[in-house]
Amino acid sequence: MMTLTAQPTTSRPATTPATAMKKIVILGATSGIALEVQRQLAHQGRELLLVARSPQRLAELQADLAVRGAQQVLTYSADLASIQQHAAIFEFARHNFPDFDTVLLAYGSMHDQKESEGSVDVLLEELRVNFVSATAILTLFAADLERRRTGCLAAITSVAGDRGRRSNYVYGSAKGALSLFLQGLRSRLYPAGVRVITIKPGPVQSSMTDHLPGSARFADPEQVARDIVRALERRSPDVLYTPKVWRYIMTAVQQIPETIFKRLSL
Amino acid sequence: MSGQSAATLRKQSAASPPIKRVLSWGRYPKTAHYHVHKPSWNDQVPEILRAAAPGSLLPYGLGRSYGDSCLNAGRELIDCRRLNRILGFDESTGMVRCEGGVSLSDIIDVVLPVGWFLPVTPGTRFVTVGGAIANDVHGKNHHCAGTFGAHVRQIGLHRSNDGLVVCNSEENADMLRATVGGLGLTGVIAWADIQLKRVAGSWVDAESTPFQSLNAFLDLSRDSNDHFEYTVAWLDCFAGKNPRGIFFRGNHAADHGKEFHPKRGPKLPFALPACMLNRYSVRAFNTAYYRIHAAKKGAAVVPYESFFYPLDSIRQWNLLYGRQGFLQYQCVIPETNLDAFEELLDRIARSGMGSFLGVLKQFGSAPPAGMLSFPRPGLTIALDFAMRGERTLKLMQSLDEIVRQSGGALYPAKDARMSPALFETSFPRWRGFVPYIDPKMSSSFWRRVTGAQ
Repeated sequence: MMTLTAQPTTSRPATTPATAMKKIVILGATSGIALEVQRQLAHQGRELLLVARSPQRLAELQADLAVRGAQQVLTYSADLASIQQHAAIFEFARHNFPDFDTVLLAYGSMHDQKESEGSVDVLLEELRVNFVSATAILTLFAADLERRRTGCLAAITSVAGDRGRRSNYVYGSAKGALSLFLQGLRSRLYPAGVRVITIKPGPVQSSMTDHLPGSARFADPEQVARDIVRALERRSPDVLYTPKVWRYIMTAVQQIPETIFKRLSL
Repeated sequence: MSGQSAATLRKQSAASPPIKRVLSWGRYPKTAHYHVHKPSWNDQVPEILRAAAPGSLLPYGLGRSYGDSCLNAGRELIDCRRLNRILGFDESTGMVRCEGGVSLSDIIDVVLPVGWFLPVTPGTRFVTVGGAIANDVHGKNHHCAGTFGAHVRQIGLHRSNDGLVVCNSEENADMLRATVGGLGLTGVIAWADIQLKRVAGSWVDAESTPFQSLNAFLDLSRDSNDHFEYTVAWLDCFAGKNPRGIFFRGNHAADHGKEFHPKRGPKLPFALPACMLNRYSVRAFNTAYYRIHAAKKGAAVVPYESFFYPLDSIRQWNLLYGRQGFLQYQCVIPETNLDAFEELLDRIARSGMGSFLGVLKQFGSAPPAGMLSFPRPGLTIALDFAMRGERTLKLMQSLDEIVRQSGGALYPAKDARMSPALFETSFPRWRGFVPYIDPKMSSSFWRRVTGAQ
């Protein structure tokens, strides 16, 4: 009964982007940070392809982003943690969303660290979702952008990947490994003119972190999303820390000698 | 306490339950909550309702209710702010469907550029649609448009025992009337269809006129109500029986052509020391405010933000009142009882405790949209009082007496302290509302004024 109208009239391109970001594929569109990023991209009148598991949630998102100014919103329902489904996701993007220029990988999982210490299954699942499946799908999209010699690949990892800590080294090692993977990919795609951005947020308020102590003081996802959108639009940086203060915090944390660090209950 | 029982009923592995501090806009009372649920999707709400103990939950939005009607001390809240998607907007009919946690601000941003506006808006744009419905909020156009609830065509309501219930004028019409003004007690609003109103642009033809007596205010108000969509007055509450004030009236302007980009206003970073607001500083402020507006009386074309939402330009203005917070007193008194209204003003003036935000408005005669709607024909006044302990509460009790004797009512959205007796006078038919309450819902306010558990 309700018709949805996309309204290009409400979109106000903020600044002339340095890179031609127009069509963005979002892998993990229902994650907390992705929700904010998408809203800002919609406001700028971009075209979006949203990939996530729940068809119902995708439909709600599609309606909202169209009303808020996105020029086109496509959705594809698939489980990104399942590598067998990756080929179909990629084919859908290539055929129904041709010439996409930006891919943002925004999904992840954060189990309770204690659980993965007690269960190898949980441990492997954590590594598989956050690292293995992420590298698999990035590889498909990387080959396409490399062939077309254009575009940008961005993935959300975490400051937790910068140093292994007692309290969350399983999640941290998966995200750290993903950061390393992106580092290599960046160098490989550099000659083809394809950008690779490693996004390292500090703790952000979202449904993934609500249960953590002190979550009320975590960063505002809207601010983090602003940083991410700006990084997607510009030529730099390669590695984005957001909020910015985490670049300095992690630089300091990495300087602590291991003999001392292992004694800290961080 | 009853909070304890809700806590123990809930299955929880942790030995000591986490305590979340959540405050309302008045920052009084200071309450701790046992748990705050933060659903991101409507499909998560049924499970929250199912797993909860009876009387343990209350939906929470942007926390702009002043007192305890949005709080559930010792129990749980469902923070609905992540349910903030606009599910559809028909540009040709002005019908918008949004989730309960969408803010009025978000709706304006989407619909105003294409010539639509909220049918009714309160004095802040930072309230959720769910909150606007649950408190059946009113605005400067009450005399011609009624309340917000009058423009809600349909809602989807999560109920703990019947799933998602669709309510409109044909289907479950009584549940819709219970939910409008129902203080969040009937369930969680999943989505609502709201009929917007056409406007030519984002500007308002506004006029301000100084007045120096209650009768002068009433004359102005009666003269204006036929020709102006929006009327409201600011009142210097230190002036007593013959109050001075500024009468504001306006209409949406024909397209002004100019786009206006508001700057992000200043923000109060922390609660000010309580001594900053005293009878001398407030009196000086009021005199200055009156003189400035009296001097520039007349007509002007102003951006809608400054006409509808002057206080939104100072973020967290509630921190002005210091750490103890403040109470707002909003009552309505029948126009046939002007003596009572004058006595009320006199008592406030003599107490010397009033503040600078006195707002006066003549309500229209539109029938109430909800079972517990507050607006009714008469004069309504809203005033802030910094919380100074017993003496503030005493003053308000003495005002209650006037309201009760005059057949008036107090507004639950602004209240943190009214007695069960005054609630009874204000909403004599509240028992008819009780059958519509969701068995899993309760609130601090509801327990306080009805004695419910």
